[in-house]
Amino acid sequence: MDLNEFFRMGGYAGYVWTSYGLTALVLLLNWSAARRREAQEQDSARRRSGTD
Amino acid sequence: MWLWFHKLASPPHAYRVLGKLAPWFGWPALATILLATWWGLVKAPADYQQGDAFRILYVHAPSAWMSMFIYVVMAIAAAVGLIWRIKLAHAAAAAAAPIGASFTFLALATGSIWGKPMWGTWWVWDARLTSELILLFLYLGYMALRSSFDDPQRADRASAVLAIVGVINVPIIHYSVEWWTTLHQPASVTKIDKPSIAIEMLYPLFIMIIGFQLYFGWAISRRLRGEILRRERNASWLKEAR
Repeated sequence: MDLNEFFRMGGYAGYVWTSYGLTALVLLLNWSAARRREAQEQDSARRRSGTD
Repeated sequence: MWLWFHKLASPPHAYRVLGKLAPWFGWPALATILLATWWGLVKAPADYQQGDAFRILYVHAPSAWMSMFIYVVMAIAAAVGLIWRIKLAHAAAAAAAPIGASFTFLALATGSIWGKPMWGTWWVWDARLTSELILLFLYLGYMALRSSFDDPQRADRASAVLAIVGVINVPIIHYSVEWWTTLHQPASVTKIDKPSIAIEMLYPLFIMIIGFQLYFGWAISRRLRGEILRRERNASWLKEAR
């Protein structure tokens, strides 16, 4: 397979790659936001049970 | 059965189960989405009319389906919470909202990017696009409404009503391409007789949908755990849980 041809996407490269890139970005942001949120709540729960 | 249900719906138990469940969704989600991406971008043949631009379908359509699916899940969870007063159900609805909003944003954005080369415009105010935009506002409104209350119980009740009323928009989105004249193409997969799309073009689509569903399973498990911790901040079981 010709890699250049693949990246060109039949002339629609900008549209196709932006769509897939955006999808990857949103899924990754969601992934990290969910993880961060959970870790934050775990931290504050741990702090509370430590102090009282 | 009821005993089992109550055990499952109890926050400490749900918290532990979700923690165990999450990786079983997460890793298969990653593998499936990567497989579907490769299949959709490399293996599937280009469309004879749309060329390679049609490959946007593989992220656009699954996102749009997820945006509606998650809304229905959210509305059902909100209704269960409202009717049977199950706090965990309200928490699940709250956890689903940001994930649903993300998929709605993706459906709109990738649709717009696809529309530019195919229709010659990024956006038209037609029924399909407008009703999907309303869906995004419903998600955002739901989240804004929740955060406007300090009291979680009042937030639960008020936002549940909004979620349930808003569910009327889901069939409107689905049938919008039949009820109104629109630029958006009609359904080509969920037709009653047989899909009007080549089968080898369909595989990556179905795989991507499974991947997105698994991703949703992972994301809601993680978010629900955070939500449970936030709500149970003063409960004694937290000291024993990890």
